[in-house]
Amino acid sequence: MTDASMTPAPAKPKRSSLSVLDARTRKRNAAETRFRMYGVAAIAVGLLFLVFLFASILRSGIPAFTQTVMDIEFVLTQEQFEEAESKMLKTGEYQKIFVNALQSQLEESGLEVAFDNKAIERIVGKPGGTIRSYFLENPDRVGTPVSFELAASSRVDGYFNGRVTRENIVDSRFLMASDLDLVDALEEAGIIHGAFNWNFITGTDSGVDNPGGAGLGASVIGSFFMMLVVLFLSLPIGVAASIYLEEFAPKNRWTDLIEVNISNLAAVPSIVFGILGLAVFIQFAGLPQSAPLVGGLVLTLMTLPTIIISTRASLAAVPPSIRDAALGVGASKMQSVFHHVLPLAMPGILTGTIIGLAQALGETAPLLLIGMVGFVAREYPEGFLSGFTDANSAMPAQIYTWASRADPGFYEKAWGGIIILLLFLITMNAIAVILRRRFERRW
Amino acid sequence: MPFTWLVLIILAIAAVGFVTGRSRALQSAGGDSRDLHSLPIYYGSHVAMWAVVPAAAVLIVWLLAQPFFVNSRVLATLPDGVVTEGSSIGLVMSDVRRVAGGLDVAVAQGAMTRDEAAAISSKTTDVRESLGQVGVALGSDVSAEVLGGAQLYRTLNATGSLIMTVVVLVIALGGAGWAVSRSDANFRARNTVERGILALLICAASIAVLTTIGILFALLFNTIEFFRLYPAADFFFGTKWAPSFSGRGGASDLGVLPLLWGTFYISIIALLVAVPIGLFSAIYLSEYASPRVRGIAKPLIEILAGIPTIVYGLFALLTVGPLLVSMFGKDTVGWMQGGTAVMTAGLVMGIMLIPFVSSLSDDIINAVPQAMRDGSYGLGATQSETIRQVILPAALPGIVGAILLAASRAIGETMIVVLGAGAAARLSLNPFEAMTTITAKIVSQLTGDADFASPEALVAFALGMTLFVLTLGLNVFALYIVRKYREQYD
Repeated sequence: MTDASMTPAPAKPKRSSLSVLDARTRKRNAAETRFRMYGVAAIAVGLLFLVFLFASILRSGIPAFTQTVMDIEFVLTQEQFEEAESKMLKTGEYQKIFVNALQSQLEESGLEVAFDNKAIERIVGKPGGTIRSYFLENPDRVGTPVSFELAASSRVDGYFNGRVTRENIVDSRFLMASDLDLVDALEEAGIIHGAFNWNFITGTDSGVDNPGGAGLGASVIGSFFMMLVVLFLSLPIGVAASIYLEEFAPKNRWTDLIEVNISNLAAVPSIVFGILGLAVFIQFAGLPQSAPLVGGLVLTLMTLPTIIISTRASLAAVPPSIRDAALGVGASKMQSVFHHVLPLAMPGILTGTIIGLAQALGETAPLLLIGMVGFVAREYPEGFLSGFTDANSAMPAQIYTWASRADPGFYEKAWGGIIILLLFLITMNAIAVILRRRFERRW
Repeated sequence: MPFTWLVLIILAIAAVGFVTGRSRALQSAGGDSRDLHSLPIYYGSHVAMWAVVPAAAVLIVWLLAQPFFVNSRVLATLPDGVVTEGSSIGLVMSDVRRVAGGLDVAVAQGAMTRDEAAAISSKTTDVRESLGQVGVALGSDVSAEVLGGAQLYRTLNATGSLIMTVVVLVIALGGAGWAVSRSDANFRARNTVERGILALLICAASIAVLTTIGILFALLFNTIEFFRLYPAADFFFGTKWAPSFSGRGGASDLGVLPLLWGTFYISIIALLVAVPIGLFSAIYLSEYASPRVRGIAKPLIEILAGIPTIVYGLFALLTVGPLLVSMFGKDTVGWMQGGTAVMTAGLVMGIMLIPFVSSLSDDIINAVPQAMRDGSYGLGATQSETIRQVILPAALPGIVGAILLAASRAIGETMIVVLGAGAAARLSLNPFEAMTTITAKIVSQLTGDADFASPEALVAFALGMTLFVLTLGLNVFALYIVRKYREQYD
């Protein structure tokens, strides 16, 4: 009688085989795969957001570049001209002539559709004024066939690019549902068609109820003058500061203070720089409001830390042997830096500067505080110098103004503006990448 | 323009000085540049430097100081009765400046002669009307005191500018002359010039400090001014934000708590989106991805960081907002009333922060020494176990630092919340409601029509101060953590 035989032998752990995975290994491997999938999913989500963002920019922004126009050709006889000029409501007379021409052109193409003066006004605005001023300026064209290209109203624009449909249209003084029949007929007759909207690229901001006439041109100029200020201030100051900190600065309290300041300024929210600009440049120093000069100064202060950080990195990348060799042949410390180190670091410095400029170009919040909002960009500056001081807007601020207006026609313009802004940014970044690829030396 | 001319004259003096100094030094060495201490160009630069730098310094200081001096002199002549009810010294002074500017315009356009402008009196002519004719619109009739002040203002400024021109030119000529007199073969011109250049470099580097001081002063002075008009306790502990635009002072509730809550709520949602996605992307890119995948995916994700915030703002307002409304709006569950909400802004801000979190964490994970990974693999851990139990704990302080930096970005972000979060300040837990943030209110208080001296406008500076202190604190703390962590392995 042995106790040993009575107690059941302890269950031996099953010998695991190399070819058969035990449960625990399977679990661990599954955890491994899961973990890996999380990573893939995270990247996929990030890229998905990117694709989604660009898709919605392109989908909503492209229509801003086309515009619906109405082509009308007719002959204004001398009698008609004189008769119209003798009337009280001169533009109204011209409009009648225009409507008659439209009528005959529609009949020519064999389309029957009823319309009245009001419908025409809703579709192309009041064309009489445009026609009259044309003939007053070119009296020799009276009696010859003249073709007019008139911009259609923004609702008609919306009908053509799907924003306004027969289902969602609400009758208003801007466009009635019944007008759409006329628009369709006009399109069939080839009178109304889409054209490239040059005004969007070269024009200026329009009033709050005229999204069709809004253009980005003036604010592009505003951005350009700001970037000039930023470039000519931040590049020399940034390079000088970096040279001092990287090559000359002794290790002392003052240097430490400067370094801490630069790294902190790089993280200060941009709107705080706007407050600084408002309080110091406009209130204290009395510089004009909404001026690209002030915008440029604010953005200079904002981009300086970025430029200093990248410039220091490219100065540090120049090997010490270059400095030693220069010192060895009798150059002073200053000469070795300015004659040898700086030219070698230049590609890196320029790359960093362009990236800093691109950042400044897209910045909006500080500009709003110093008054560079979109609606001040109503006209081009008169000359080069006044480009710095005349009230103007900048691209991102103009986009913001459009986005905050009530008429949805402006949303399309805002998206279109973003396409132009991104084109500028992509170009700048591409130049930076090319510079880096082409000139940067690896030691 | 006399100012431009002054600058041009100084530059001309410098140019002439350059040539003179150079030739004088060469002459003293008998025309042989080898006998000079420094290269000839340094002698020229030395003279040019002495012509420009002291004159420019005096010019800048003078331009900054003159307005103060003139203001105080004009103020001293104004009788006490000028400051009436509902007005202030600042308003009277701006009237004085406007009238003075109007007189300048009138003289420039030829509507008045110089003497007429100086002798004009409010008893004989209607100043408002005559200035209106030259295109200077004045808000009210010009009182005799203001007109007198404006005339004094003009005379003082004219004399000031005249004295300034003379002084600056004398300094420029004197500096150049002194430097020329020192230009001889034994003078150590290079050392002097290099010391000058070094001083310029130091000045450039100090601009960063000046900027910080500028920010601090701009915020501090206006914040103190605000607290003089509005009790600080009500600002910090007030739970209601309702600025009035019609009345001045008193009528507004300017409590910061609803704004702080909106700011934090949106930032938390943004971090809830950005931290998991960013962290897992960083882990995958640094630990699993092949160099080829990494080379493609990393720049693509970083594109998100290069997109301006206005683009994200528009994306929130016009794409994400309507999308969320169609998912949670009244057609389905009815949680969301409009497109602008905490959720909209938080989601989009999260997308913006993904590359920020991922590239910072990527750097930190890469800084964990390979030996720690090898040790873990040697003990039989799988790759994910190594990451979870060895690498992440080692990188944790750095990752926390990265998250704090991302949080400070989220708190300071403006355009996304201005466009995507709405304008109503409320203390609510519902993430589908519109709320507003500190940054959004800074924009709306300073871009409105509110009078600049009113608490409704000045509150923006107190908000800016709050924002500045918050983000600065977060940054300093985050950098401290990151730096402390780095020291462990270096």
